[in-house]
Amino acid sequence: MNDSNVTECPASPALKLKKRSRDPVLTQRLAFAFLFVSTLLIIVPVGLIIVIIVQKGLPGITWQFLSDIPRQGMRSGGIFPAILGTIYLVSGAIVFALPIGLLSAVYLSEYARGNFLTRLIKLAIVNLAGVPSVVYGLFGLALFVTFFKFGASILSGALTLGIMILPIIITASLEALESVPHSFREASRSLGASRWQTIRYVVLPNAISGIITGTILGLGRAAGETAPILFTVAAFYLPQLPGSIFDQVMALPYHLYVISTQVPNVDEKIRYGTALVLLAMVLFMNLAAVVIRCRFRKKKKW
Amino acid sequence: MRKLKEFVIEKLILFCGLASIFFVVLIFLFLLKEGLAVFKTVTPPQFLFGKSWYPISEPPHLGILPLILGSLMVTLGAALISIPIGVACAVYIAEVAPLKIKEILKSGIELLAAIPSVVLGFIGMVTIVPWIKSIFHLPTGLTALSGAVMLAFMAMPTIVSIAEDALYSVPKTYKEGALALGATHWQAIHRVILPAASSGIMAAVMLGIGRVIGETMAVMMITGNAAVIPHSILQPVRTLTATIAAEMGEAVVGSEHYFALFAVGIVLFVISFIVNVGADLFLHKKEQ
Repeated sequence: MNDSNVTECPASPALKLKKRSRDPVLTQRLAFAFLFVSTLLIIVPVGLIIVIIVQKGLPGITWQFLSDIPRQGMRSGGIFPAILGTIYLVSGAIVFALPIGLLSAVYLSEYARGNFLTRLIKLAIVNLAGVPSVVYGLFGLALFVTFFKFGASILSGALTLGIMILPIIITASLEALESVPHSFREASRSLGASRWQTIRYVVLPNAISGIITGTILGLGRAAGETAPILFTVAAFYLPQLPGSIFDQVMALPYHLYVISTQVPNVDEKIRYGTALVLLAMVLFMNLAAVVIRCRFRKKKKW
Repeated sequence: MRKLKEFVIEKLILFCGLASIFFVVLIFLFLLKEGLAVFKTVTPPQFLFGKSWYPISEPPHLGILPLILGSLMVTLGAALISIPIGVACAVYIAEVAPLKIKEILKSGIELLAAIPSVVLGFIGMVTIVPWIKSIFHLPTGLTALSGAVMLAFMAMPTIVSIAEDALYSVPKTYKEGALALGATHWQAIHRVILPAASSGIMAAVMLGIGRVIGETMAVMMITGNAAVIPHSILQPVRTLTATIAAEMGEAVVGSEHYFALFAVGIVLFVISFIVNVGADLFLHKKEQ
């Protein structure tokens, strides 16, 4: 980019720093080529993964596959119970995590002072986000399944997933709340509104897009996770629909794990089809989040 | 009346604000509650450095050294692959790529972060595993190397996005100063921007490694799950996470095996705690 001016003044100080006399322009070309190849090494496989799954999974997607129960030990039939199970789990997780996460973000953005407690809360959020997913599974097993005696049930699984996605919701909501200009709050307070009224009628409505985006990203994460539901809810093979929140369910990610490692001789079409449905579900949520973010960003007047 | 309502709401907000601390402590307490019981049968050194893991033999052998080494081998392999490529990609996105391509690349990275680990594990089973089997003429492709390659890939989004943030937050004047002194763009990146962003990049690397150590489903599906001390990267291994996921379903509640798996959970929790606090310190060093 700045090749030309360097070749014109070869005695520049930056060059004298180098003892070896190598052509800096050539070095730059080589370096940029390395950076470019590294980037391709990440991006190309991502594209390939999506293409492979769509190409091999699409022929298996029929209405029957989506709406039928698994038959013949999961070697034929559909995946409807797993889809429904995942929807139940994700809804339950969000019902639990959204209120707590949102209020937690409100606290951090509107009430917290820059003191030790705030630092501690932020550190806890980072840690919560970093706890391995299988450890959440253990925690859910110990607390919800065993201690509270919920058993392996939708309730246990949804609560475990809810705690897992809490940091995602807090972080996204906090960012949204903090991006509301300070002058909005000052204007509202100067009109005599109380702190809570300001939050309720000024800050939250202006931050809603970021909050929705974060919520959807949390949903996507919850839908794809397997390890936290292994011991808290997921059923290996349960060809019927759950009756209450104390029932076990099948779930898509666990089902994919089961048919690709635990059950021999499953038709490729079913494996790839299941992978495609799961991937489509997760990517659709991410796409929705991106679209909402873009639409609201255009509407923003500040 | 309104005052009372607001008082209640504000207390509720404070309460929820503390929820994160509450849950972190709760997770740790419950892991301790279930896991510490294992130390009635084995001493902590025996548990951490015992060379054999046969949890259901009589008496059970509960040494997790093979699992620690398995995790270590896979993590090191993944780090060796993902750190150079990830940081290079971050530099490319932050400094070199034209604006339009930059957006596409960023969404590509976000896409990778969104793919569920069980889907990546499945893809690893049908691609990397057979490749490694045929390239190295092995009896099985389910090896530490397959796991390392897949995990490197899963660590990339974390490394790239945090490192890119760190590079982006280097003041533009630094770069302009270097260019004004006649440095090429690459010299400015290499000598000025990268050193200035180094603590952020360190944090990115640490969080990436944290992600690798904690990853469960993909490793369980492609590393072969043999709980023996590995001697080469072309052997099957079993990681700490995969052990919990694979065995907890069969462990009898209240047995030695059950307690031992929770103790493995404690080890994982402590590792992730150290990694995250460390990364946080690096990020705050940058702010000062």
